[in-house]
Amino acid sequence: MIWLTWRQLRGSAAMLAAVLVILAIVLALTGPDLASRYSAGITACTQDDTCDRFYNQFFGGHEFSFMAVSLLVLLLPALVGLFWGAPLITRELEAGTHLLVWNQSITRGRWLAVKLGLTALTAVAAACLFGLMVTWWSDPLDKSASESLALMAPLVFGARGIAPMGYAAFAFVLGVTVGMLVRRTLPAMALTLAAFAAIQLTMPLLVRPHLMPPITSTFELSKTNVDGIHIPGDGGATPRLSLRSAVPGHPGAWVLTNNLLGPSGRMIPASGDGAAITVSTTSGPCAPSASAGDSCMVEINRLGYRQQATYQPLERFWPFQWIETGIYTLLTLGLTWFCFWWIRRRLS
Amino acid sequence: MTSVLQAQALGRKYGRRWALRECTIDIPAGHVVGLVGPNGAGKTTLLKLASGQLEPTAGGITVLGGRPGSTPAQLARVGFVAQDTPVYAGLTVADHLRLGARLNPRWDATMARDRIAQLGLVPTQRAGKLSGGQRAQLALTLGLAKRPELMILDEPVASLDPLARREFLQGLMEATVEHEFSVVLSSHLVADLERVCDFLIVLVNSRVQVAGEVDKLLATHHRLTGPRRDPDRLPADQHVVSARHTDRQSTFVVRTDAPIHDPAWTVTQLNLEDLVLAYMDKRTEENRRVALEVQR
Repeated sequence: MIWLTWRQLRGSAAMLAAVLVILAIVLALTGPDLASRYSAGITACTQDDTCDRFYNQFFGGHEFSFMAVSLLVLLLPALVGLFWGAPLITRELEAGTHLLVWNQSITRGRWLAVKLGLTALTAVAAACLFGLMVTWWSDPLDKSASESLALMAPLVFGARGIAPMGYAAFAFVLGVTVGMLVRRTLPAMALTLAAFAAIQLTMPLLVRPHLMPPITSTFELSKTNVDGIHIPGDGGATPRLSLRSAVPGHPGAWVLTNNLLGPSGRMIPASGDGAAITVSTTSGPCAPSASAGDSCMVEINRLGYRQQATYQPLERFWPFQWIETGIYTLLTLGLTWFCFWWIRRRLS
Repeated sequence: MTSVLQAQALGRKYGRRWALRECTIDIPAGHVVGLVGPNGAGKTTLLKLASGQLEPTAGGITVLGGRPGSTPAQLARVGFVAQDTPVYAGLTVADHLRLGARLNPRWDATMARDRIAQLGLVPTQRAGKLSGGQRAQLALTLGLAKRPELMILDEPVASLDPLARREFLQGLMEATVEHEFSVVLSSHLVADLERVCDFLIVLVNSRVQVAGEVDKLLATHHRLTGPRRDPDRLPADQHVVSARHTDRQSTFVVRTDAPIHDPAWTVTQLNLEDLVLAYMDKRTEENRRVALEVQR
């Protein structure tokens, strides 16, 4: 049975392996260079305190490859579900070959066990290699990425570490399950893609923020968490302050809610260009005539404005990876159980 | 003699429709059994139940004394060639033999190889490139080399041309003689079965109409032709299978163990095709009889 499974899988497995090898070579050749340029850049910038500029420059220079490899890791599980999972059963049903193979001296339970086991193992191994390789390679870039593309950001989190293994296993078994229920390849592929995409959106939006209780805290305003202060030139409108999705002291944290608190401790609702603040713009440090610098920020802090943020700190990256992989493993096991039940009871 | 297949009140439902119902048969070992009936009569359903591909909705079935498809050992004892003889299009002929060798403990590799060579199949050729006849022969080889005690074939020759049909059935017959296994073979064409079967089951409208050894069936069925008569006035031991009436004449096909003495009848022997057609006709004849009575 192992031989037959491998015989049917080997074509696409070879293709996947080829992509994997090419990617490995490219990453292995460029990775050390990327790391050394990063450490050299950091040493240089810490001396004259221009690290923000270095980060922007460094990340900007590699943004395309960063996005490309991340996307590849995100896509791999979906492709596994689509091209290995969904057709696993439907292909047999459509060609009628299930009647051939289920009438050899092997129960269909065992047939399914070997098919699922071997294919899932291959998929998970590929996802593991992909995930860890990319995690290693993009480490310097992850450190210099802006908040929206940091390690904990929803898009990047799923393309790093061990979570892709969970996604791949789950997508594969999801495809098999849908295929068993739908019994035709193309509708099964479409449904698998839709279902997997829905789950992959639900996870970061609704589930992941609550994997561990998020931290809520207030912070003084500084360059780290203030995006900008908009002071109208004519002095008529109220000045506005917009916040960045970052918290001081916790670089790379995943900020879930971000609000400005007024001097009374009440939240100030923010519109498109920030939250309204009451500060004199005709005289004092925030007047246009005042010298540029941090004095306006100091004045706003003095008046009692604070940032209140709910966030998941970067230190929770690995715990989150383990928890999320665990969740997907449980989902995978549940669907696997269903597959065995269905193939014994209902499928014929 | 032991049974290869026993069914008691066997039934299978698809949704709300019964594909097979109240099927009670007992097939003794050592026969080549023809399962015949019109399309959609439930032949495939019965064969899938026998091979364990389907679970019965009602009643029970035992094949070679065991529950179909329940264990690898049971699967090993029953060979199955499905309708349209499916094979893996992407695998070569040699791959198929290897598949058989890997998945069957009683695999007869020599026989499989010899058969493939005899048929002139190229081992390196992909099964998707084979002709319909060659594909059927490959599927049959897979079934035979498993060395089953019972071989089930579902419409194996339906899509083959007359020559390929004859070669296929010939190959099957040679193998039964050599290896002594029982065969259940379905078809909607009696001509296919006439040459090879010595036991017949007629399945119409998801019910078994008649089952028995061909010789016995032919000996107990007669066509009676004579002056017009109501079927109810025939002797009680003459079971009417089908009846046709013209204004002055009636033709009955009856089943009876006793000889027919009534001088009013011209008695003719039936051949297998007549017999099967009589049973297939039964349902429509019953309707027609009602119409006839209304007319009078």
